[in-house]
Amino acid sequence: MRNVWIICQKELGSYFASPVAYLLLTMFGLIFGFFFWNALAIFIVEGMDMQMRGQVFPMNINEQIIRPLLSNTSVVGLFFIPMITMRLFAEEKRTGTIELLVTSPVRDIEIIVGKWLAAVIMYCCLLLFTALNFAFLFRYGNPDWKPLAIGYLGLLLQAGALLAIGTFISTMTKNQIIAGAATFGVCLLLWVLGWVSGYETATWARVLSYMSVITHFESFGKGTLDSKDAIYYATVIFLGLFFTARSMESLRWRS
Amino acid sequence: MIKVTELTKRYARTTAVDQISFEVGKGQIVGFLGPNGAGKTTTMRILTCFLPPSAGTASVAGFDVLEQPLEVKKRIGYLPETPPIYPEMETAEYLKFVGKLKGLSGSDLQKRVDYVCQRCAIADVKTKLLGKLSKGYRQRVGLAQAIIHNPDVLILDEPTAGLDPKQINETRDLIKDLAGEHTIILSTHILPEVEQTCQQVIIINKGKLVATDSVRNLQARARGAESVLLEVSGRNGSLEAPIVQHKLEQVVGVSRVVCKEQVDSRARFEIESEKGRFVRGDLARAVVESGWDLNELRPSAMSLEEIFLQLTGTEAAAEEKTAPEGKQQ
Repeated sequence: MRNVWIICQKELGSYFASPVAYLLLTMFGLIFGFFFWNALAIFIVEGMDMQMRGQVFPMNINEQIIRPLLSNTSVVGLFFIPMITMRLFAEEKRTGTIELLVTSPVRDIEIIVGKWLAAVIMYCCLLLFTALNFAFLFRYGNPDWKPLAIGYLGLLLQAGALLAIGTFISTMTKNQIIAGAATFGVCLLLWVLGWVSGYETATWARVLSYMSVITHFESFGKGTLDSKDAIYYATVIFLGLFFTARSMESLRWRS
Repeated sequence: MIKVTELTKRYARTTAVDQISFEVGKGQIVGFLGPNGAGKTTTMRILTCFLPPSAGTASVAGFDVLEQPLEVKKRIGYLPETPPIYPEMETAEYLKFVGKLKGLSGSDLQKRVDYVCQRCAIADVKTKLLGKLSKGYRQRVGLAQAIIHNPDVLILDEPTAGLDPKQINETRDLIKDLAGEHTIILSTHILPEVEQTCQQVIIINKGKLVATDSVRNLQARARGAESVLLEVSGRNGSLEAPIVQHKLEQVVGVSRVVCKEQVDSRARFEIESEKGRFVRGDLARAVVESGWDLNELRPSAMSLEEIFLQLTGTEAAAEEKTAPEGKQQ
């Protein structure tokens, strides 16, 4: 456990010692800020509209602002995740520092989990920006915090799964760009797989759509905790890290 | 301390290390010598548990590299060919990170960081970014990183590669200094380095063990057959090299005469004598009695370099020996 934390700290240090972390935070902050402003503006316009017409429809901050924003975040995350994971192993392989890690009295799995954990924490930093925006809703409105918390849990699980896949891909190349591009491709594919359920109901279509990371986020976005979806993410995290370990082992045999 | 038995490492198409066996005792400095691509780095990577062997065994301090890698890694300090540094880290921060990885903590860690900084003369760059350091400093940080947890065994892959002569000397002195506390294996393709720093040499070529012995023994072994350098010139401006060679060959105890070069009336020969035979006096007499001038006569002790070429039997060395003979005919 101690070793995991040492590796994790070092990785976080590299994120914040280079412009990578700040660039990601800035871009994510801008994009999410724009989404938030949009969602809020629509909410306000609709509210005024209804008042003018004298109708009273129930307006709900959770349903009309938080929920769409969370699904937006889950999609935008797909674009940021490759940028978080691409350097994890590729960079160490390129500069040869991987030799230091592997010849230290540390287990492979500790290195892998440490790096993955650092990536998850980096993603949490991005989520902090969204929380900053949501804080205004709590200041001026009265949303329910429980669905929001579950939504965040879903975002974390989804990111954890994709980050595990990205970590795995990063062990396969010395080139960050290749690692990033491949991870992006896989993330995107895992997203659009869900589309087949729109026109096909055969078993293969249901399997494909089940594999999509986005379909499993829907329940979390609604604020309900579905164990089936949580298990899906946990499985992907486990598999991703497991394959990373196998890939690291094979590195040594082939080298 | 280190025991390697019939170690073999095969890659898809090539055999990088082929049934190498050797032993290194506690506190020794051993030079691992061989041309580029001989399998030095591969052997070192196996010893550091970076690569698993295809066959054979290797153990460090009694722990097998395959069965108890964690125990082996705890006892090894390793400096790869390029120092494994993170350019975005500061020197002290980096050493602390490595120290923690190797199991140090608290005041112990701080003490060791200060100690290695002072030992490797990098205290003045403690707060500098590693990416901004010169090659010499990076190498020393690499060395500091390897000794931070006071390991029993130090494995250094070409520790002086790419340094300027002053830095090379400093690094060598540092390594010699460290020998008392650690068992050291250092790989190199620079021969004087081995002569200067090591007590024992392991020579490998194309993955095979060529020789393993102490530096002194290797030199003595090669000196067994004395080799003499001789320069002769003709009195009246002309000299027939083949005649001189023939004359020299007739001296009792001479086993081989090679004409190295001939310029006008001067000719240089390299003469090898049989073991234990002292031929320099007879050679001088033979030259003078034949009416030639003796310009130079001196023993040429074989340097490690020649031993190395002899043992690894590279083509370059063979060509060097046959070419002058061919010229005479």
